[in-house]
Amino acid sequence: MSPVITNLLLKSLGETLYMLGVSALIAALVGIPLGILLVVTEKGGILACPAFNKPLSFVVNVVRSIPFIILMVAIIPLTRLIAGTSIGTTAAIVPLTIAAIPYTARMVETSIREIPSGLIEAAESMGATPLQIIWKVFIPEALPAIIETMTVVIVTLIGSSAMAGTIGGGGLGDLAIRYGYQRFQADVMIATIVVLVVIVQAIQFIGSRLARKADKR
Amino acid sequence: MIELKHINKSYDGHITALEDINLTIQDGEIFGIIGQSGAGKSTLIRCINMLEPPTSGEVLINGKDMTKLSQKELREERKHIGMIFQHFNLLSSRTVWQNVAFPLELAKVPKAEQEKKIAAILELVGLTEYRDKYPAQLSGGQKQRVGIARAIVSDPEVLLSDEATSALDPETVKSILQLLKRINKKLGITIIMITHQMEVIKQIADRVAVIEKGKIIEESSVVDLFTNPKTETSRKFIGSVISNELPEGLSHMNITKERQHPEDLTALRLSFRGDVADEPIVANLIRKYDLDVSILYGNIDYIHGVPFGKLIVTIAGAEENIRAGLSHLDNLPIESEVIGYVPSHN
Repeated sequence: MSPVITNLLLKSLGETLYMLGVSALIAALVGIPLGILLVVTEKGGILACPAFNKPLSFVVNVVRSIPFIILMVAIIPLTRLIAGTSIGTTAAIVPLTIAAIPYTARMVETSIREIPSGLIEAAESMGATPLQIIWKVFIPEALPAIIETMTVVIVTLIGSSAMAGTIGGGGLGDLAIRYGYQRFQADVMIATIVVLVVIVQAIQFIGSRLARKADKR
Repeated sequence: MIELKHINKSYDGHITALEDINLTIQDGEIFGIIGQSGAGKSTLIRCINMLEPPTSGEVLINGKDMTKLSQKELREERKHIGMIFQHFNLLSSRTVWQNVAFPLELAKVPKAEQEKKIAAILELVGLTEYRDKYPAQLSGGQKQRVGIARAIVSDPEVLLSDEATSALDPETVKSILQLLKRINKKLGITIIMITHQMEVIKQIADRVAVIEKGKIIEESSVVDLFTNPKTETSRKFIGSVISNELPEGLSHMNITKERQHPEDLTALRLSFRGDVADEPIVANLIRKYDLDVSILYGNIDYIHGVPFGKLIVTIAGAEENIRAGLSHLDNLPIESEVIGYVPSHN
């Protein structure tokens, strides 16, 4: 492989990691609290508020049902508003994050629902406030599942980021399409795939390790 | 003192879970509530700390009506009411020590004081060396000890026990009950326990209420319930601990309901309690009424130190002597019942 290609590969790797890092971080920061909100505000929850829960759940479902490539194009005005531009790597982060947030929220919601209701009852019987239940019961008890959720979210984001080339986002997927597919450079295609496989393996390995460490059950 | 006054609980306005419950529980006693599953006992115990607020009625704890408190006041009040559960409900992400610390953290007790209290409580429940273990590494009995430690670490006045021994094996049940009794005596904590196991009531409760279909059908001291049950349900519960059936060995004796032959022996069941157990009942039958008495089966149980016995005997003798003997028994403060006739050629 020529040094030019190697450089391209490194540059694309950097772009992919940048897109993944920022969008996964924001997805976690927004998606995890949103997932918790979905649980606590539902009917019978510790902060029951169906008037808030129903619309929230609806919005989450709507965003989740739009295929990523369509979402990316559809929210271009919003992307321009947030990132200042609608093309490039930074611009690609906006739709990636917006797609990842509801996905994270639903998965976190599921993990929290799996906490035995007896634990919540026990905390309530000791006079815990709803906020104390969230901090001291929900989050620590669901932590292993939340770590696994974030692992899946990041791996899914790698797949989505391959489509970022559509709006000039760059990244490994884009490299594979432009050089490997459109220019018939099989070596680039193979190199890209190898790098992607290594990244996914590494993330999965670290994620599983952390989840196991947090799991005391 | 805990008073439940006219407690009603219904779901969706028509499914009635509790109906006009009235109970008074004295400070320092162990009060048992027994019922089959679905009788409403879980709902009842949750009315006391308002995990399930009653639809109507008053829950007075030391005169304070729990049903009239705001959420904030209620949380404060709950810190004085410990609760233990059938499935322990320990936080799996916390060690034994951290689980016991949980209620103290909620109450924002200073760290130094927390440590002193937790160490003392773990000593009391016998888990000092397990302090850094996670619940998954403990046996059921040990988990319940953690549950008990967590429930009493904040010095509550009342401990609610929700089927605390139902998920444990018989040997462990005994040791957990002994621990509860010790806590009751040593710390003076009032214990209210719901259970479907009469054995539990028999071992540690002072008084008991029997609940069926959402209503209290009987309430008395445990000794009274055992010796003089007033309802069929109570009798069934007692039967699970002290059998009312004929002992198996007697079945081959062909005891019949009707006398088949004039020579047949009369079989009697005598039940007695307390001081009467000391009276020479059998000797009197033999001496005063000239009857032949032979004992088929005998058993004495102790409930809170009160002897409670049962005897199955056959008597034989002249017709009028038997009649006189039976009427003598009727005048004694014991229960006697002719259970049938045994063919004499046996």
